Amino acid sequence: MTNEELKYSITELLPVATYDESGEFLNIIIPSDELIPLMKELRSKKEFDFDYLFCLTCIDWKDHLMMVYHLLSKVHKHCIVVKAKITDIQNPKIESVNCIWKTAELNEDEVYDLFGIRFLNHPNLRRLFLEEDWKGFPLRKNYVDENMIKL
Amino acid sequence: MLLGQDHITEEGEFVINMGPQHPATHGVLHLKIGLDGETIKKIEPHLGYIHRSIEKMCEQLSYRQFIFTTSRMDYLSAHINNQACVLAVEKALQVEATPRAKAIRVLMAELTRLASHQLWWACMGLDLGAVTPFFYAFREREAINTIIEETCGTRLTQNYMVPGGVMMDIHPNFQKRVKEVLKQIKEKAHEYDELLTGNVIFQQRLKGVGYLSKEDAVSYGCSGPTARASGVSCDVRKLFPYDGYEQLKFDEILNTEGDSWARYLVRLGEMKQSISIIEQLIDNIPEGDFQAKTKNVIKLPKGDFYQRVETARGELGVYIVSDGGATPYRCKFRSPNFSNLSAIPKMAEGAKIGDLVAIMATVDLVIPDIDR
Amino acid sequence: MDIKNNVPANKLIFPGQIHETPDGGFLITKLDEVINWARSNSLWPLIFGTSCCAIEMMSAADAKYDWSRFGFEVARASPRQADLIIVAGTIVMKMAPVLKRLYDQMPDPKYVIAMGACTISGGPFFYNTYSVVKGVDHIIPVDVYVPGCPPRPEALLHSMITLQEKIKNEAFFRKS
Ligand code: SF4
Repeated sequence: MTNEELKYSITELLPVATYDESGEFLNIIIPSDELIPLMKELRSKKEFDFDYLFCLTCIDWKDHLMMVYHLLSKVHKHCIVVKAKITDIQNPKIESVNCIWKTAELNEDEVYDLFGIRFLNHPNLRRLFLEEDWKGFPLRKNYVDENMIKL
Repeated sequence: MLLGQDHITEEGEFVINMGPQHPATHGVLHLKIGLDGETIKKIEPHLGYIHRSIEKMCEQLSYRQFIFTTSRMDYLSAHINNQACVLAVEKALQVEATPRAKAIRVLMAELTRLASHQLWWACMGLDLGAVTPFFYAFREREAINTIIEETCGTRLTQNYMVPGGVMMDIHPNFQKRVKEVLKQIKEKAHEYDELLTGNVIFQQRLKGVGYLSKEDAVSYGCSGPTARASGVSCDVRKLFPYDGYEQLKFDEILNTEGDSWARYLVRLGEMKQSISIIEQLIDNIPEGDFQAKTKNVIKLPKGDFYQRVETARGELGVYIVSDGGATPYRCKFRSPNFSNLSAIPKMAEGAKIGDLVAIMATVDLVIPDIDR
Repeated sequence: MDIKNNVPANKLIFPGQIHETPDGGFLITKLDEVINWARSNSLWPLIFGTSCCAIEMMSAADAKYDWSRFGFEVARASPRQADLIIVAGTIVMKMAPVLKRLYDQMPDPKYVIAMGACTISGGPFFYNTYSVVKGVDHIIPVDVYVPGCPPRPEALLHSMITLQEKIKNEAFFRKS
């Protein structure tokens, strides 16, 4: 499907979604609680068939956190980027997409480790890279570390 | 080993730790393995023993500098990692490398891939208890390293790519030497087959072991030879060509068996394809500049940019989020090894503990690329 | 240049004088020197590589550089059988206790080579990192430092020869 068609079908599914087409891919920005229903549709509907989650990450925009999911369909060869906005930065949480793409499990562990987002219904949420007792979440913009030597 | 938590789980599985110091994990990977007798029930990877905070560093480095942190990620495909970064920057700036630079990049990338697969082949033998392949493979790998050194100045972490092209022109000897090495590799190819491929013991340790189905490979986000051995067509050079790969003739090696033996064969096949790519290009490097003009201080426009390339281990993605400044606002590396690792518990389920080493050897993990 | 030329000539020969007699001979030497000669020529390194430098360490083992010329080829996977640890690659906070433990498990006398900029000071990961140990000498004592990112195999060989010289001048029995 082309970006236009994707946009059209997704608007039907989820009218609250907003779009950003400035980049290479079609970006869909949704509120974080709409994530799972949309993702399930994107995975299961034959015309979307996004079976390959090739990048899962997070961006800290200081006043909100943005989960970014890059999806590709191996069948139709189209790509899409789903961005879920998390406004509660004190206690961020979002549903896990592990039930849809298994690669999400370790990736979400990584995001939890570095950004501190709690994933609901995640089978084994743990700090993946840092020690269990590490203080703070290093990739947050407000992370301070006295031992870090600034350039 | 480290945690000393050898115990029995509730399900009656015996837990052992493999790594972080283990010769067959190719670095510092730590796997917790739940065993029933000798059969693997569950694997839990524990990472972070080489987590070097590269993504955080990149937020402070300029667009010319951050490229070079990536040669330390997957150091066996250092050129290709650099290539991904410069391509991402070029995409954002909407400049294009000169034709000569593109050809040099592809040549270097394929030489790196060859050298990387040779190292994999060497380690594959070592892991399964055969020491001789190590010396055979390193003979050719050293020859390639010498060529790369002559042009780039270093053997391993080359840092040769810059936005708009390559840092300097190729050495006058480059073409001659490459042809010599290709000749040598082709002449010696049969030795590889005689040593390992045709070895019955070796085959039996790989055949039918570590099966990964096509659906699982996609769902786990596998890429590179690991996924192609399960029949997933995922060669970025074919699907999303960059730097002139669309004009070259090569095959995407696919296999549908999905076991360790298939992964072994796919990698061997890829070496042949790399040789054929180099042969097509080596006499046809276009004349002209090796670098397009770019500004000294690079500032990317606002927005996010994603660029993927095919490293020796799979699809590497560079995701740059720019706020218009001179450094990335956020920089994420989608590493092929990370996803391939997440499929190892699936592959090893039900296998014997002794086969785990063989499975990991065929997936060819580079741990610093997983941890970043 | 062959790295072997770097070795001082008097270090290549066996320490001591042989006096030939018709039915054999005498050897006049110091026990210290013989023991050190034996120890320095049979250092068993531990296979310990965390990242990029480990690849150059592997290159040093291959046929082109061939560290077995100097008696290093018996690389061991277990620290209990090794007496030299070549720290090849970055050490991060999470790895530091493991490295310390490996070092503690090695039998005395033991030696450490810090290979690469990372192990000397943090190297490329000195600035703006939160998880890298800025030099392994914060964790274990280091005998020889090899700069480079990564050091060439020749540099590693040179460091090993330097270590051998250090061992040859040690007092094994006397407390100096
Ligand atoms: S010194 Fe350089 S090559 Fe060696 S481990 Fe550090 S980054 Fe890698």
